[in-house]
Amino acid sequence: MSTALPLYAQLINLFAAVILLLAFAMLAQRRVLLLIDLFALQGFTLFLSTLVVAVKTGQHHLYWSAGLTLLLKVLLLPWILHRLVRKLQIKGEVEPLINIPTTMLVGIGLVIIAFNVALPISQLSHTITRGTLGIALAVVMLAFLMMITRKKAITQVVGFLSMENGLFLAATSATYGMPMVVELGIALDVLVGAIILGVFFFQIRDQFDSLDIHHMERLKDN
Amino acid sequence: MLDMFVVMLAIPLVSGALLTVFGERAWAPNLNIIASGGTFLAAALLTVEIVTHGPRFAFGEQFFIDSLNIFFVTLTAFVGLTTSIFSGPYMKNEAAHGRLTIPRLRLYKSMYQLFMFTMLTALTTNNLGILWVAMEAATLTTVLLVSLYRTPASLEAAWKYFILCGVGIAQALFGTILLYFAAERVLGETGNALLWTYLVNAKAFLDPNIMALSFIFLLVGYGTKVGLAPLHNWLPDAHAEGPTPVSAVLSGLLLNVALYAILRCKVLADGAIDGNFAGNLMMGFGLFTLLLAAFFLSRQKDVKRMFAYSSIEHMGLITFAFGMGGAVANFAGLLHMTMHSLTKSAIFFAVGHATQKTGTQMMEDIRGLIRINPLIGWGLMLGTLAILGMPPFGVFASEFMILTHAMKYHPWATPVLLLALGVAFAAIFGKVQPMVFGETEAKRLPHAPAITPVFLHLAIVLMLGLYIPPYLTRWFQEAARMLG
Amino acid sequence: MMISLSGLLGQIFSIALALVLAPLLTGWVGMCRAWLQSRSAPPLLQPYYMLRKLFNKDVVLAHGASSLFRVAPFVVFGCMVLACAIIPSLSTNLPLAPAADALALVGVFGLARVFIALAAMDIGTSFGTLGGRREMLIGFLAEPALLMVIFTVAMIVQSTSITTIVETLGHRELAIHPSLAFAGIAFTFVSLAENARVPVDNPATHLELTMIHEAMILEYSGRHLALIEWAAALKLYAYSCLGLALFFPWGIAGGDSFLALLAALPLLLLKLVIGGSVLALIETVSAKMRIFRAPEFLGTAFLLAVLGLLVRLLLELKA
Repeated sequence: MSTALPLYAQLINLFAAVILLLAFAMLAQRRVLLLIDLFALQGFTLFLSTLVVAVKTGQHHLYWSAGLTLLLKVLLLPWILHRLVRKLQIKGEVEPLINIPTTMLVGIGLVIIAFNVALPISQLSHTITRGTLGIALAVVMLAFLMMITRKKAITQVVGFLSMENGLFLAATSATYGMPMVVELGIALDVLVGAIILGVFFFQIRDQFDSLDIHHMERLKDN
Repeated sequence: MLDMFVVMLAIPLVSGALLTVFGERAWAPNLNIIASGGTFLAAALLTVEIVTHGPRFAFGEQFFIDSLNIFFVTLTAFVGLTTSIFSGPYMKNEAAHGRLTIPRLRLYKSMYQLFMFTMLTALTTNNLGILWVAMEAATLTTVLLVSLYRTPASLEAAWKYFILCGVGIAQALFGTILLYFAAERVLGETGNALLWTYLVNAKAFLDPNIMALSFIFLLVGYGTKVGLAPLHNWLPDAHAEGPTPVSAVLSGLLLNVALYAILRCKVLADGAIDGNFAGNLMMGFGLFTLLLAAFFLSRQKDVKRMFAYSSIEHMGLITFAFGMGGAVANFAGLLHMTMHSLTKSAIFFAVGHATQKTGTQMMEDIRGLIRINPLIGWGLMLGTLAILGMPPFGVFASEFMILTHAMKYHPWATPVLLLALGVAFAAIFGKVQPMVFGETEAKRLPHAPAITPVFLHLAIVLMLGLYIPPYLTRWFQEAARMLG
Repeated sequence: MMISLSGLLGQIFSIALALVLAPLLTGWVGMCRAWLQSRSAPPLLQPYYMLRKLFNKDVVLAHGASSLFRVAPFVVFGCMVLACAIIPSLSTNLPLAPAADALALVGVFGLARVFIALAAMDIGTSFGTLGGRREMLIGFLAEPALLMVIFTVAMIVQSTSITTIVETLGHRELAIHPSLAFAGIAFTFVSLAENARVPVDNPATHLELTMIHEAMILEYSGRHLALIEWAAALKLYAYSCLGLALFFPWGIAGGDSFLALLAALPLLLLKLVIGGSVLALIETVSAKMRIFRAPEFLGTAFLLAVLGLLVRLLLELKA
């Protein structure tokens, strides 16, 4: 038994665990607005963990990255999503395709797979917080699960963004940050993507009278 | 002296911005064509420079042009040019039919140029992170292009495209992060750990376990964009519901660029992992895709959907070829990529005009193209024959090379290949033949279609089938050698 | 093993403390709930008044009641006193400490549950049977979750003895265990269900469609009912002390001297006051869920505990 981990590593591990916890909470969440709040909370935890890594390693671009996370994922995107939900008068329920307990069980299975995949790899890393790689992979997979088991377009988008959170966690905690230019590019893509999706919501609602992607089953191979 | 590389990237970026602002002016369609022409000219001059002086960097070490990607750059710029020529009258006809408004046309042109910019960036960047960013940006621009008609079907197609490719590209990002994770241990925590030129020198020292996992994620991720099964679902929808020029560039360019990304990563994975791990994976995915697409072909009713499945099929074949590896198979793969790009975009040009004339994409309602417009009819017929691998077209040469190579080194795959190609042949030919011949009463279009690109492409395909110029062979060989 | 006199005294003191504090804790939670819901609060000693009233009343037995029905309140009460005695609330060095195995504790709770459910079915009224069946359903789901929580914590100290857990976690340098976050939330879920608190059951309701615990004890009266109510209070106290011991073990004395126990008392009181108000807050902000949602709720608790275990394996175990 060793508890010789330095404090910052313990903090990063804790934040990573909280992010995983929030990913599960999102999977279990039935109300759209609360789902968005959970996403914002996840973003905030990601911001904290990035900040800890930045303080520890003293890499300047990580401060930028943390700031971007705070701005985009905690403030801007949740705000946009909240506005969309209100403007489009989306009904509060999330409407899963598979019932939620089953989804959670599948989720646990995914976490086990992710941990197993990441374990041999993370042991090769020289960073102390290498365990977070498995958590990041699990978050990505859980977000993916959320995307394929929910009917509403907006939950799919939240799942997509949460997936991005998992990827950022991998990038910051496990490798102490990608090169600056790459992180900027990724952030830009996410932002533009979210805006395009926002525009899309209005068009989808105009055309289908609903944001339920259940209606979008016309295109099939017959 | 003017740096042709900078010019090549600047033209689509600047003209894309200009078209966003001035896209509703009367001269805008011409600007689109002129910009594409300028890009192609710059790319051609850059090619000459690379061929004579060898590989070079640009913008520090962030961009790198060697004989592998310059080949894709030229192809991209060329198809970009011909598609812009084709789309001039095509889009005017769409507007005349009331399917598109003026602001939509502006969106189309600006997104088209930005799409070209992202493609060229993805091809020339040395930084695997920027490669990812450019691929994602390409997705975003094409999502807007696919949803251009704003019909329920096109929105559905664009949504599916966005979500599937978004998921796929997220996997690719995870793969990239893992790659960085592996590289950082060798190259240190510098900004160089994602630069391909550094990675390729250090590839033997990268950890094989991490690289294996990383390559799986990269293959699945970028493979989604290539259209590899089972994540190919977006491709037929996006091709069928977007405007035809977009279908042409999706099939002709985007799939190639995604495959190029996989090839770059394969080189690194091969260097790190013993045995043909990456190649076997690619062969498996390729064969599965090929077979699946071939059987879906016969069930199609929509002409653009059918040719989209044909693109999936060919991408599977190409992936298989690169999976086999070695100088001959790589050569054949590169050749087949070229041939497929040119032929498939030519087919989409012809199909675009045909569907405009008949006002439908349903194959059973399209009849007698040869009577309405013999050039379109013959264009479609010849293009179909070419894509099906009939001699003397170039597709025959590359498919022949792939098949013989497979027979020699992977005989188990031969029956599958032959079966898939046979099924595809029967399905496509049986459906195109009555479309070209037969009775019809279609009307004239308000704007004369642009036939030149169709026959220009087909002529090149025919020429390359009969005779590949020696400098082109050398160039292909060099690129094939780089792939290992 | 020789039991020292001071140890014996300490043990008696801690049991007596549990008997006294348990109704107070229930009263405190009731007060906090009332405040949070802007009602005028019942006095803190309300549970005592109720107990006194019930002890003074005569027992009315149903016609079909067997001896099981009469014995059950005493067994349940005894189980809860035993549970409170072995959970280290003040000190880890009391005579009963070696018995404080977490698995045994779960067994003690299970024994009490079986008796009360059997007694509820004994009379043969429909409400009793319904309540008993529901109670068993909850227990059936809550116990595995509780066990997983205990395993997660036990993996950190490599022992299922609660005293060892407290000693190891409480008396060494501060280390953050992310797995404990998962286990803590799962434990909260389980405690809410086991103590018939709001998201799962409502201790203040007599609405036949929703009640679980109250349905089982409808037929009890007089001192039997008093014992059962007291046992319920003791169970809440036991769970609170268990939670505090597992997740906030600081301040629990290591010795068995009377002074050490007295020194540990203020901190325990403070922790209980805070814990009680948190419980009241949870009960106020959450809505009572349908009985059919309870399996999902407890399933979530189980999954969280499993996650905690997995996180522990991934993050905290180093080769």
